[in-house]
Amino acid sequence: MAKTLYDKLWDSHVVHVEADGTALLYIDRHLVHEVTSPQAYEGLKLAKRPQWRVDSVVATADHNTPTRNWDKGIEGIEDQVSRLQIETLDKNIKEFGAKVYFPFLDKRQGIVHVIGPENGATLPGMTVVCGDSHTSTHGAFAALAFGIGTSEVEHVLATQCMVMQKYKNMKIAVEGKLGVGVTAKDIALAVIGKIGTAGGTGHAIEFTGSAIRDLSMEGRMTLCNLAIEAGARTGMVACDEKTIEYCKGRMFSPTGAMWDKAVAYWRTMKSDDGAHFDTVVTLDAAGIQPQVTWGTNPQMVTTVDGKVPDPAQETDKVQREWMERALKYMDLKPNTPIIDIAIDKVFIGACTNSRIEDIRAAAQVAKGKKVAANVKLAMVVPGSGLVKAQAEQEGLDKILTAAGFEWREPGCSMCLGMNEDQLSPGERCASTSNRNFEGRQGPGGRTHLVSPAMAAAAAIAGHFVDVRQWR
Amino acid sequence: MEKFIRKEGLVAPLDRANVDTDAIIPKQFLKSIQRTGFGPNLFDEWRYLDRGEPGKDDSKRPLNADFVLNKKRFEGATVLLARENFGCGSSREHAPWALQQFGFQTVIAPSFADIFFNNSLKNGLLLIRLDAKIVDQLFRETAAAAGYRLAVDLEAQTVTTPGGDSFSFDIDPFRKQCILNGLDDIGLTLQHADKIRSFEAKHKAAQPWLF
Repeated sequence: MAKTLYDKLWDSHVVHVEADGTALLYIDRHLVHEVTSPQAYEGLKLAKRPQWRVDSVVATADHNTPTRNWDKGIEGIEDQVSRLQIETLDKNIKEFGAKVYFPFLDKRQGIVHVIGPENGATLPGMTVVCGDSHTSTHGAFAALAFGIGTSEVEHVLATQCMVMQKYKNMKIAVEGKLGVGVTAKDIALAVIGKIGTAGGTGHAIEFTGSAIRDLSMEGRMTLCNLAIEAGARTGMVACDEKTIEYCKGRMFSPTGAMWDKAVAYWRTMKSDDGAHFDTVVTLDAAGIQPQVTWGTNPQMVTTVDGKVPDPAQETDKVQREWMERALKYMDLKPNTPIIDIAIDKVFIGACTNSRIEDIRAAAQVAKGKKVAANVKLAMVVPGSGLVKAQAEQEGLDKILTAAGFEWREPGCSMCLGMNEDQLSPGERCASTSNRNFEGRQGPGGRTHLVSPAMAAAAAIAGHFVDVRQWR
Repeated sequence: MEKFIRKEGLVAPLDRANVDTDAIIPKQFLKSIQRTGFGPNLFDEWRYLDRGEPGKDDSKRPLNADFVLNKKRFEGATVLLARENFGCGSSREHAPWALQQFGFQTVIAPSFADIFFNNSLKNGLLLIRLDAKIVDQLFRETAAAAGYRLAVDLEAQTVTTPGGDSFSFDIDPFRKQCILNGLDDIGLTLQHADKIRSFEAKHKAAQPWLF
């Protein structure tokens, strides 16, 4: 029978199935960071359980790490609670072990969803988990990757398995050519706008179509990263020559005869012709425009040439109240053109958009320009030490700092503001991150999600602008 | 994990759709390395008028009198009534921990986000999906009568109102057994240790580059 990519990934990892369909699924790669792991390691210790497979674990500290003052070392972390959490990860990895650990200050440290792929720790055909909802990112490599909670982190550490029911198959096909200035981020936001933040609940999404095949691996990672914002725990893209090319020569990628064997297998990591999808959504790539969110949920999104919607037009009471509440929080009036919204801060980074291609896009827009006077802070936070080094080698940091952007050390930073990079109450931010929830980037902060090029252009203009008309 | 068979308790209504886990427990409380102590910071930005921080004495903070959980009539509630897509966003298990440590044993909504759903059941926080129309009815009845309580029977898979309406709900049998008996997932999985080992050996032979 013809299988989907998800069917293949699922079937090749099932250890055991109960009569009711509950399965034990074997996990190849377990990515660990400091926030969702301490209670899991503590649980193992209390139960005196060993770790099942040490060499499946790749660990880093990213959520709490500062993006400045690295010269001061661990002393540079002023928040003692954050520091304790990072030191607790150091201690746990020392005690339990890992295949590799990129601790705070290491030159390969970075956001867990950036360092996995760039070190070849994420490969096609794998199952990947991490105590972080944006683990869906790794599905860009035709891997089955999903975010898990802390109990599940402990469960995987102890058993190498997840207890799961199989999801339904959803295909999101994007056919045609994207317009100039339209990116993977815009595809993802357009999808979420179309199907809603619960549209993918209970489904595994495969992104297909010529527009997806045309995306770089960085773009595919951005797209799969946002699957969770459409409600799907996992999103994926079939393996092709771009996938294989990206994996070549990475730290943990196979070599020699093993490489050839792996590649032969990886080429089968795609849906068979005629495979059954329970739900199919199609989008025309040419119709997708640069997206800007206006509310407090990624589904509250419109096009850059659009306007803030009017709740009075919404007939459903629950939806209307939700919109009214969002507009009040965002301090926006219905029917305001998006390009009339002025911003206070700009954040370019996060596991969604902090890879080399994203930094290049921002630098291209900012080159020879200056950040607008009304923008208090425009910061670029590379996703990892390797991305930072690459960008510096290309001179992108110089272009960005000359334009008035701050060039920071890698980490999750203002995506969720667990370190000191936060919005103050009432501040409005053009952000390349993934969530515009109330308080996400700082209590009272107002987030508008956009692509890196759109964020950089907003920084220069001081308000949202259509990057397609950028000179 | 505590066993859950039949429970009956006061209902608090949270009439908002798409409540995300950032709202349930804000990021600054995720810095803790403990599994406990999250209850006072449940819905922190909605419950208090000032900004919460780890280590701050929450009993001295100004409360937002308008927020539903601060209203006297919902004090001691153990059943939370919510709208669709409750628990969307971040995978933080601190969200179900905070709900439980505040005192909730059950959340009833038309739908829940996937990761939050799993996290909750693993901690014995029972999430019940009921049809949106039924949830609407429960919201109306909660608003109409102070002291409105619901009886939740996991064994029979029913929610019963004071007026005698009984609604049945679905739960997968494996999860149901775990919650009914307070079973430890890891212990259960390790009963299959031999199967995991033999799968692993086969998997390694087929894809040695993964090891």
